[in-house]
Amino acid sequence: MQPLNRLQLAWRAAQDIEEGMLVNLGLGMPVAVADYIRPEVDVFIQSENGVIGVGPLAAPDRADTDLVDAGSRRITIRSGASIVDSSWSFAMIRGGHVDVAILGAFEVAANGDLANWDMRLPNKGPLVGGAMDLAACARSVWVIMEHVTRKGAPRLLASCTLPLTAVRCVKRIYTDLAVVDATPAGMVVREMLAGLSEADLRARTGAPLVFAPDCRPLVTPDIALPD
Amino acid sequence: MPIDKRVASAAEALADVADGATVFISGFGGAGFPNVLIRALRDRGPKNLTLVVNSATHRYSYTHELIEAGLVRKVVCTAARGHTKEPSAFERLWMEGRIELECVPQGTFTERIRAGGAGIPAFFTPVGFGTELAKGKEVRSFDGRDYVLEHAMTADVALVRADTDDRYGNLSFRYAQMNFGPVMATAATLAVAEVRTTLDEPMLYEKVQLPGVYVDRVVTVAA
Repeated sequence: MQPLNRLQLAWRAAQDIEEGMLVNLGLGMPVAVADYIRPEVDVFIQSENGVIGVGPLAAPDRADTDLVDAGSRRITIRSGASIVDSSWSFAMIRGGHVDVAILGAFEVAANGDLANWDMRLPNKGPLVGGAMDLAACARSVWVIMEHVTRKGAPRLLASCTLPLTAVRCVKRIYTDLAVVDATPAGMVVREMLAGLSEADLRARTGAPLVFAPDCRPLVTPDIALPD
Repeated sequence: MPIDKRVASAAEALADVADGATVFISGFGGAGFPNVLIRALRDRGPKNLTLVVNSATHRYSYTHELIEAGLVRKVVCTAARGHTKEPSAFERLWMEGRIELECVPQGTFTERIRAGGAGIPAFFTPVGFGTELAKGKEVRSFDGRDYVLEHAMTADVALVRADTDDRYGNLSFRYAQMNFGPVMATAATLAVAEVRTTLDEPMLYEKVQLPGVYVDRVVTVAA
């Protein structure tokens, strides 16, 4: 039983993106999702800084300091792209025009509460950026995260311990062990790594789990992490 | 006299910025930082400034120079976290209680400025409900959903980076340079832009991304 690496996690989330969606990808693991969206699925990726139609990263010799995404990455834009100002970009987000926001997280609660902006790091200022806007207002919020912390503590919890980003917003969680939906009836496991038992997953989870009757093995291709 | 909003230098453009001013600064993600104007403001040296800027610490912005020079009393921003293990100048002053911080969700940040330039004193937003950033704010329910009351922001001066202007102050931007620039110009008493180049002829109307009626002074700077 080998937990998924972060690129396999991104691959798995990318498989659920559907034709025609407007998608926002959070900093960190989520931006890698763009690399695994199937080529036949035509989607636009929105970045909070106003780019509608983010393309692949720019080659170093073609990078332009004015063509960046919200994470300061030098990007390209796809055909049909447009660029708007911040107020329009966030009106788009708040207005429910972004179909899916895929975000990283520290913790998710059984009711869909999300904590992903403030780890209470000593000596560091807060950084909220667009996290609260996306979490509260995207039509669907999916989370990509490791199932437990580096110290082995669960991140899926009965209630969050860290400051909330938004309440009752997460619909689906992709972890390195399972795919879990946050539903009104609690957390429902849709997919789980082969070789892991229900008891194993429960032991790594801080909230009650329901296993879907059609719960499937979580399978991804082998994807090597870059050195 | 035909209108001409172009001035010779950044220093001239900022000559009447006073102590205690509230200053909007554009820029996000590495694009649109008015760094020539920021440095000119530092050289002018007004005290007790309130900065309204997306990031207190972005590595491509010179905002930190105003903070390091001790000119800043308060920062309203969405990002106050430095990039290194060591605390940034902002983080140090903030932890020492020598600078005030108001952390705002980014969409609320830009909408408060938009409202300030659009004659809207306050508005309800779903963003932030149930979080620490909504603590103490009025909450009201509409159609079964909870919303937080947020107030408009205006400023004495806006510092904006654009690509091109004409004599009328019409501005166009390159790629993601736009971000907070247009909305900040609408909500400031004095809107100052720095541009890479100025046009001899009036800008074609379909190229204008911010009408010059919102812009008071423009200075052409090196690219």
